[in-house]
Amino acid sequence: MDFIKPNININFVGKRRTALIISLVALLIGVGSLVLKGGPRYGIDFAGGTLVQVKFTDAPDVGRIRDVLTDKGMGSAVIQSLGEEKVSIRVKSEEGQIDTASDDVFAVLAEQFGPDSVSLELVEMVGPQVGADMRRKGMLSMLYAMVGILIYITLRFQFRFAMGAIAALIHDIIITIGVFSLFDKEFTLPVIAALLTIIGYSLNDTIVVYDRIRENIRRTPKDMLASVINTSINQTLSRTILTSGTTLLVVICLFVLGGEVIHDFSFALLVGVVVGTYSSIYIASPMLLLGGRGERAARTSARQG
Amino acid sequence: MRTRVKTKLVIVLAVLVVALVSVTPSLTGSLPGWWTKVLPSKAVQLGLDLKGGMELLLEVQTEEAVNNALSRMASDLKTSFKEKNIRLNRAETVGFNRLLVEVRRDKYRDEAAAAIREMFPGTVVTEETETRLAVSYPETEVARLQENAVVQAVETIRSRVDEFGVSEPTILQQGTKRILIQLPGVDDPQRAIQLVKRTAVLKFMLVNETASADSVPQGDVVRYGTNYDPATRTTQRTPYVLRDRVLLTGDTIKDARVRYDSQFGQAYVSLTFDSTGARIFEQVTGDHVKERLAIVLDDNVYSAPVIQERIPGGEAQITGSFTPEEASDLAIVLRAGSLPAPVKILQKWTVSPSLGSDSIRKGLMSILFGFSLVIVFMVFYFRISGFIANTALVLNLVIIMAALALFQATLTLPGIAGIVLTIGMAVDANVLIFERIKEELRSGKTVRAAVDGGYSKAFLTIVDANVTTLIAALVLFQFGTGQVKGFAVTLSIGVLTSMFTAIFVSRTIFESYLENRTLEELSI
Repeated sequence: MDFIKPNININFVGKRRTALIISLVALLIGVGSLVLKGGPRYGIDFAGGTLVQVKFTDAPDVGRIRDVLTDKGMGSAVIQSLGEEKVSIRVKSEEGQIDTASDDVFAVLAEQFGPDSVSLELVEMVGPQVGADMRRKGMLSMLYAMVGILIYITLRFQFRFAMGAIAALIHDIIITIGVFSLFDKEFTLPVIAALLTIIGYSLNDTIVVYDRIRENIRRTPKDMLASVINTSINQTLSRTILTSGTTLLVVICLFVLGGEVIHDFSFALLVGVVVGTYSSIYIASPMLLLGGRGERAARTSARQG
Repeated sequence: MRTRVKTKLVIVLAVLVVALVSVTPSLTGSLPGWWTKVLPSKAVQLGLDLKGGMELLLEVQTEEAVNNALSRMASDLKTSFKEKNIRLNRAETVGFNRLLVEVRRDKYRDEAAAAIREMFPGTVVTEETETRLAVSYPETEVARLQENAVVQAVETIRSRVDEFGVSEPTILQQGTKRILIQLPGVDDPQRAIQLVKRTAVLKFMLVNETASADSVPQGDVVRYGTNYDPATRTTQRTPYVLRDRVLLTGDTIKDARVRYDSQFGQAYVSLTFDSTGARIFEQVTGDHVKERLAIVLDDNVYSAPVIQERIPGGEAQITGSFTPEEASDLAIVLRAGSLPAPVKILQKWTVSPSLGSDSIRKGLMSILFGFSLVIVFMVFYFRISGFIANTALVLNLVIIMAALALFQATLTLPGIAGIVLTIGMAVDANVLIFERIKEELRSGKTVRAAVDGGYSKAFLTIVDANVTTLIAALVLFQFGTGQVKGFAVTLSIGVLTSMFTAIFVSRTIFESYLENRTLEELSI
């Protein structure tokens, strides 16, 4: 069975300007949203603070919870309803009382709603100092992953390929971060993990196409580079769609069935898989043309694979 | 059948058997006795997010350890100066690593400096004014004190937690002054935090009955006792003025046990001193009959009984309106000793067991669902070849679980997500190979040549593609903590096993399938 006809020949490279515009618009919207909202919305892990998730026996009235907390001087708490019975309450990090913030919140709720009708499900407390540490570590880990990958691709292919792959990666990450900002989702440690996975996944895709480009360059060194790239993308298109399809299938399962704890995490993966697939076709491969469009394939002499 | 294919089949079957055996402990609750003797019996370890429990990151206030040492020095100096007739105004720590010693008149200063240098060689004594000296530790000594404080804190916390009865706790030093504590399955996090955090410095001091909290004589301190009244549900704070001298500290405690009052069944803690402690306690009680002796733990007065008579035998009691749990925790911290410096909670993370089991259920659901969808799709799209890929996929899942159990890696919720993602990506290698085989078939090759060509041509692509994911996973492992590390572990294992199953296992199955047939067409 074939979804994609074997002799398909879509002119991907020819549409690279349109793709570039689409990408630029997406990047601009993402970056614009980040600028307007004053940077990414950091979760507890990075910003510091206290998060308390409480389960009620009856559907709670969020308004009443807010009133109760405001009465006790915790008016700045962010209250969010998670489905029928669960509520998450986030208290800002303030030096001094951070140790006891979760206990205070719970004590107030237990007093107001009755100790038997509320139960504590999750407490996350991160001191401001640790939060800053985590932010630094998170950024560093993305940087190190990219450097590692850059070195590997340069060794296995050529520096030009590595640049294309990294450009696609940065593209994917900024867009994913932008979508997060647009949907007002929080940046947490698991989301960083998701971003690193997207790096891995997007590269997986890019390398499959690159591999084919390298093979075709050796087979038809006299062809124009642009057409070699096009042929390669078309030849691997069926595989790209199948793999992205199955991955998307399971990531959707994770998103729908995985529960609210990993909701943001699977959302990041969802966005990343889609953007990653797109970028390996429209960004990573056409990037090889930078520096000489009318070039013959042979000049891009890829290393022996 | 060719021996090469046979050997490969044997390898695949051997891997399958080992994997199944390793997975079994995770699937069944009870194993037969003979099994545990010869076979691996460790189940996959669940992370705190799946099991419920608590994680704490503490920072030892090591500056305090230095200042505490200086304070002890101050109290030794006071005693010694009294003997030498050096009149002292005050001796107290000010700021970090600075003990101020002020004498009454300038004529005492040089005597005091000489006495300090003699008693505590190695300390730095500087003359600040005619009557004032500053004592501090040199840098190397400061570093040693701080280092010791952390090591000692880890030890103390470990022995407290061990006695608390948590199964498989983790207590690790992180960096120079942080301590990571993981307590799986703890259902009363508040109590556990109290136990871990309490400095537990026990002091016996005399109550100054003549003074009131409003006019405290110089040097004396005010400490409060709290009393909970269950009838009115209120807590009362009673101030005590305590004389400026610690008669005995918790260092001399040999044992601490919970006992019950025979009359009311009220819990109390009974202390046994070592021989030094017993001697001092006997002397102190003998010298201060009819006075009140306050038992002060971490600046709270627990009780202040009137000494009726000299108490020999080295036993004392701490009474209070304790619940049995409180008394038991108090006994634990007294036995384990005090922390050399207070600790501050930097990070706290607790998950209730109910949320944990909820997460497991949802995690397994999503694995099962995603897995079934992929399986169905592969057969639908690649027919018999899809079936072969599915066999490899199932084996992949079993090997991942087996590897997790064998390496005792911790499975976390993001770890489950890692497995789900692996399932999606694992078929990639097979898709690559199959699409290649299709191309080879279209170019007119025979079935066997097409299969060989497909596998060999896709091989390097698969390696390249997976190594990059592995690089990302390894970086994650290096930098991640707890949950994220769990994700990195399953992702790395998944990448490696899916390469093995997609390349080696599926090829072996393919080859043995083609072995005794001459197929005109391949179902792919």
